[in-house]
Amino acid sequence: MRPLPALGLSVLALMLGSLTVGAAHIDLRAVFSDSQAMLVLLESRLPRTVAVALTGAALSVAGVLIQALVRNRFVGPDTSGTAEGAALGLLTITILWPASPLWLRMIAASVAAMATTALFLAVIRRLPVREVMLVPIAGLVLSGVLGSIVTFIGWQTDLMQYVGTWLMSGEFSGVISGRYELLWVAAIAAALAWFSADRFAILGLGDQVATGLGLSTATVMRLGLAVVSVVTAMVVTTVGMIPFVGLVVPNLVARIMGDNLRASLPVVALVGAALVLACDLAGRLVIRPYEIPAGLVLGILGALLFLWLLHRRPAHG
Amino acid sequence: MDSGFAGAMTRPQTRLSRDALVLGAMALALAALSALWMFQGLGAGNRGFILGLRGGKLAALIAVAVAVGMSTVLFQTVAANRVLTPSIMGFDALYVLLQTGLVVVLGSAGFTGLPPAGKFLSEMAVMTALAGLLFGTLLLRGARDLPRMILTGVILGVLFRSISGFLGRILDPNEFAVVQSVSFASFNRVDVTLLPWAGAVTALAVALAWRLSPRLDVLALGRDPAVSLGLRHRATVLAVLALVAVLVSVSTALVGPVAFFGLIVAGLAHGLMRTARHAVLLPAAGLSAAILLVGGQWLFERLLGQAATLSVVVEFAGGLFFLYLLLRGRIR
Amino acid sequence: MIRIDGVSHRIGHAPILHDISTQLPQGRLTALIGPNGAGKSTLLRLIGRLEPLQQGRITVAGHDIATTPTDRLATVMAILGQQTAIASRLRLAELVAFGRWPHHKGRPGPADRAKVAQALEAFALAPLAHRFLDEVSGGQAQRAHIAMAVAQDTEWMLLDEPLNNLDMAHARGLMRRLRLMVDEGRSVGMVVHEINYAAAWADHVIAMKGGRVVAQGPADEVLTESLLSDLYDTPIHVGQHQGRPLVLHHC
Repeated sequence: MRPLPALGLSVLALMLGSLTVGAAHIDLRAVFSDSQAMLVLLESRLPRTVAVALTGAALSVAGVLIQALVRNRFVGPDTSGTAEGAALGLLTITILWPASPLWLRMIAASVAAMATTALFLAVIRRLPVREVMLVPIAGLVLSGVLGSIVTFIGWQTDLMQYVGTWLMSGEFSGVISGRYELLWVAAIAAALAWFSADRFAILGLGDQVATGLGLSTATVMRLGLAVVSVVTAMVVTTVGMIPFVGLVVPNLVARIMGDNLRASLPVVALVGAALVLACDLAGRLVIRPYEIPAGLVLGILGALLFLWLLHRRPAHG
Repeated sequence: MDSGFAGAMTRPQTRLSRDALVLGAMALALAALSALWMFQGLGAGNRGFILGLRGGKLAALIAVAVAVGMSTVLFQTVAANRVLTPSIMGFDALYVLLQTGLVVVLGSAGFTGLPPAGKFLSEMAVMTALAGLLFGTLLLRGARDLPRMILTGVILGVLFRSISGFLGRILDPNEFAVVQSVSFASFNRVDVTLLPWAGAVTALAVALAWRLSPRLDVLALGRDPAVSLGLRHRATVLAVLALVAVLVSVSTALVGPVAFFGLIVAGLAHGLMRTARHAVLLPAAGLSAAILLVGGQWLFERLLGQAATLSVVVEFAGGLFFLYLLLRGRIR
Repeated sequence: MIRIDGVSHRIGHAPILHDISTQLPQGRLTALIGPNGAGKSTLLRLIGRLEPLQQGRITVAGHDIATTPTDRLATVMAILGQQTAIASRLRLAELVAFGRWPHHKGRPGPADRAKVAQALEAFALAPLAHRFLDEVSGGQAQRAHIAMAVAQDTEWMLLDEPLNNLDMAHARGLMRRLRLMVDEGRSVGMVVHEINYAAAWADHVIAMKGGRVVAQGPADEVLTESLLSDLYDTPIHVGQHQGRPLVLHHC
């Protein structure tokens, strides 16, 4: 079966499932006659479902991009200092101007995320030995250092509560209509990447090849950096960081489809949406009527998936 | 420290004495800090009580320091790699998961009601068995493919932490509070009741590591050379991993998981000493860890009055130091 | 003598060696030759118990490697794999000194120090003795590793492509030293990539291809035009130079 239609159908099915699950019981067939149900659906269920799908799709695409930027399959937007950067930006603007409008916070988060991701890229470029494993580890440590700065400031200014919602296990339970629309910005940024898919694919082949093919690597790097940062910043601002999607999904898809990004990016987006939808759904079902954050479910599921990826017998000897 | 390989040197004496001198200076510094810690601002009244309180905390800090410093050096030796720490590979996450599991099984009342020593020792035993099984398999099988081995460890750490968080979520709030208190590092909340046991276990581990130290030197060459020299590689790796598990249990039980602290300390030990001999490296790591912890705690608790932030500062400084090592090419 | 009986080996599902039975004669310099992927290194690593033996039996000077304690084996044979970077920061002299470890287990005596000094001298490393391994060239580090194996002072020495990284003069110096050691009664087995080193210095040659031994015997019997052309699937001429075969593969 062709992957795109099948994936599209499963995402739709998961979204339908997501619409029907929740504290209030809703009969989807009766929404048009039941105004209460309609209200729950439009104000809470639909926004949440859309938010989950957008987050999964955008983060997965961001994962593909950051992996192309650093030419390493073992990094994601959650292990390259990007999310911590966004949190740092949010924290700064919250302290400097507590009543700042949303668009300003959004810009602050994006700009700070861009700065820390650029820092990560700079660190990586300077690694004396280009060993595969050092890149993800450098990313983890940089994330840890930035995270400790955020924690420290959060502590000193009594803003730990916010820091917790930004950086610890993202969840969608707070999503209602009017409080998730920023994610559309993330989705648009991710969609923009698709138009430059070929460029990113070439970038992934290395500086020499890229230059040989007449590609301006600096421009493409900047574009990738911007997309990754904006996507991550929007996700951190609205629902908090969701781990592992950006790491696992690109790897899964590349295993099956290879790295022709023009063909694989839509698949990546759909798989990401499906994965996060499934995790969010699982988190809502396990201890009904309470919830487990989707980020936590992903931490377990994603880790297991990644371990499996890592230890599958390689295709060659 | 005579059992070395300095034999072929033309200047063995000067080198040995230089390292010995640095070690001696570190020991003196630690003694001075400890005295400061104990006696600074000691009023006339209630001396015995205050001294007892301070002494307990000092002993705990030193036990943690020795445990973290030595476990990191030992683990780096067994993995033949300077980037790794037990904490990066998920050792302490495993211990926290064990504790969370206990809370889930016994309930918070049962958990806090257990005799602390018995709980600690049995947790340590389970931890040692699990770590030996898990990381032994990983290290012995993973020798061919180091990146994969490291990533597996890192991801296992995330997995353990997530499962702990997951279990925490399905508990009621009281139990969750217990879980949370064991999942974050705090140098203030030292569990002094465990101290005699933790101290004894640490001392035992130190003695064993000292006995192993010539073999550790060979192990550090990597698997092929070590096997070629007739070292029982597998058995030694498992023994060292058991020591690491025991030491991580000590430090995690006393103060909780400390992320990058081991990294700074091991880096310092390798940087300060001009030898790769474990008979020198292990004490150097323990001493520098103790100096940093006692000094840091003194600074933050007595001078700045912000004891809560030491663990964050340790994380920050440790991470920066790691990146510095990485950029300088000192890590392969 | 090293006896290899019915040894097969696979990595994952890929078969590497098929039922190999051969011998490395005592008091000789034996070269293992063959194209890439022939299984030479695997065979050498199996003999040196760097890889666990899956099937078959190997004895080194009468010691079954599956049952003899590994520290006992370390006094009978020294094996040098294709070296990878060592994580510890070691001086050259310290590395070579580890060669004596099987004998003193951490407490070196004057005799050990003398052997180490000798090995350093023999490989022209004395001037570099106090440099760190990561501060010397690849060839110098390689010589230090070989010196360490020599300092181990064993009846058998097994070397996996020891000529890697060595320039012509040092490669020749190494072969001459190995020759000398063999003439004094020791035995050497080595994987050789550049076939003319086998032609010039080896007594005994084992030719492998596709995980099987295709020929074995004295050097001048194995290193023939027809056999080598088959072995490497490329036309090869064999001439003579100073009474030894000279393999020509230009044009």
